[in-house]
Amino acid sequence: MQLESLYQEIILDHYKHPHGRGLRDPDATGARVAEAHHVNPTCGDEVTVRVATDGEVLHDVSYDGMGCSISQASASVLHELLVGRGAGDAFRVHEAFVELMSGRGQVTPDEDVLGDGVAFAGVARYPARVKCALLPWMAFKDAAARAGVGVSPTEVEA
Amino acid sequence: MTSIAIPPGMPQYDDVPRYDVAKVRADFPILDREVNGHRLVYLDSANTSHKPRQVLDVLGEHYAMHNANVSRSVHTLGTEATEAYEGARAKIAAFINAPSVDEVVFTKNSTEAINIVAYAFSNASLRPDADPRFRLGPGDEVVISEMEHHSNIVPWQLLCERTGATLRWFPVTDQGRLDESGLQDLVTERTKIVSLVHMSNILGTVNATSRITARVREVGALLLLDCSQSVPHMPMDVVDHDADFVVFTGHKMCGPTGIGVLWGRGELLAAMPPVLGGGSMIETVTMARSTFAAPPARFEAGTPPIAEAVALGAAVDYLAGIGMRAVQWHEKELTAYALDALATVPGLRIFGPTVPVGRGGTISFALGDIHPHDVGQVLDSLGVQVRVGHHCAKPVCTRFGVPAMTRASFYLYTTTGEIDALVAGLEQVRKVFE
Ligand SMILES: Cc1ncc(COP(=O)(O)O)c(C=O)c1O
Repeated sequence: MQLESLYQEIILDHYKHPHGRGLRDPDATGARVAEAHHVNPTCGDEVTVRVATDGEVLHDVSYDGMGCSISQASASVLHELLVGRGAGDAFRVHEAFVELMSGRGQVTPDEDVLGDGVAFAGVARYPARVKCALLPWMAFKDAAARAGVGVSPTEVEA
Repeated sequence: MTSIAIPPGMPQYDDVPRYDVAKVRADFPILDREVNGHRLVYLDSANTSHKPRQVLDVLGEHYAMHNANVSRSVHTLGTEATEAYEGARAKIAAFINAPSVDEVVFTKNSTEAINIVAYAFSNASLRPDADPRFRLGPGDEVVISEMEHHSNIVPWQLLCERTGATLRWFPVTDQGRLDESGLQDLVTERTKIVSLVHMSNILGTVNATSRITARVREVGALLLLDCSQSVPHMPMDVVDHDADFVVFTGHKMCGPTGIGVLWGRGELLAAMPPVLGGGSMIETVTMARSTFAAPPARFEAGTPPIAEAVALGAAVDYLAGIGMRAVQWHEKELTAYALDALATVPGLRIFGPTVPVGRGGTISFALGDIHPHDVGQVLDSLGVQVRVGHHCAKPVCTRFGVPAMTRASFYLYTTTGEIDALVAGLEQVRKVFE
């Protein structure tokens, strides 16, 4: 197995220099804020994702946590991809990411939708690590639901 | 170099029992395979050990030639299977110096063995006529330690929930040793059972149990030793340890999965109520009630893992053939070598004893801030198999302030060359992440 396919430069970059890390209070008054804390019981990775939204736009997606390079880089990419997006749009990205990670390496990612998230294509071939990559995305989904923005149904097989 | 002669009459250097590791390795077919284009370096024997051909052959031959149910047929195959199953019980009894073969109860694994004892307490607590040593209620206490495997924590938590008893525990020192300083206050007249790990699966610590045993006897409590990590790696004498129960699991000692052992003092097993009900554990059954067989059958309801038990018998034959003293010494030398070698890796922090005394060949560590998942993944790409995570001992991770650890563990087939491969692999890990 090629280690480079798992640890893409982009992933290591997000891990070493995470974007938007730290839980933030919303600037916009009247925004609904909710968070969700998810853990991976097999390895002890943890992440908290906080969503601030007016119901239309995700004003902020902030996060904090500890874990491996894959889960931490994934949270950084999640933040970068979703902040400022309309809720519907955000869930299309969410869906694409989940599909990529559930695809066992058979799904070709669309860079226009997933941006740096395409770097995780290699992770999908390591079943033991798929959960790491999905951890922040699952926490995001719960946090968004709690903040009252619709969630597209996602089925995760991994 | 000057050499110092050890005075005659003292133990000599060559007195140490040794064996040919290369020859032992040749018995384990899996050690020949490659992983990710590299020669397999298996450093996860604390998780599960590999199986020698001698065990695999017995497992296959049992199904091929002697397959039948045990203790319920008069036919030839049934007799052969029963003899093989009971023969394995005798081998295991001898391996741990059990005073009687009937003190060896076959279980699925260590986890089930511990649960049988915990549920026997539970069942006894519901019956006023049960032996008072097994009756638990509010005010009674169960004592474990902070370095237990989850399988020696959760059954006792559940038991305490059911009975209203209180769970207490020995803390762990910064060096990863059991903190016995509070022994007198922790183990008291209120204590009904102390259930303690003999060798920690995460810190590698081997607990000296004699002070605790003495205190347990003083207050009239019972003592269970979780020997999942010690029976595979060192000689075990249940009489010498003066425990009441000893549990261990076959797959960590060259045996197959699905078979474990509960050893209990005969008189105690006889006083214990059954846990699982069903075939083979009864004396007689009427529609209204049943009476129960004597141990060990009382605790072996249903068709047992017959072939697995027979193969575990072959595993203890194999280990006894090499000699458990020799296995223990081999691992002690490996541990000393590994502790020295790991100390040369920049940023590496060992959890648990850093000297090869009072510890076994299981070493957990952190490499800088690099997450164990990442450490394990890079090592895997080099063929080096280590375990990463909380090792089913989350309270130990919490105690040392980390979410997870990387663990290398050795066995009778491990070589110093494999430890070198680990150290070289860790260099590679640092290159990727630093
Ligand atoms: C110390 C200790 N106790 C209990 C167990 C449980 O063994 P099993 O999973 O075979 O029941 C293990 C191994 O995982 C262990 O290392």
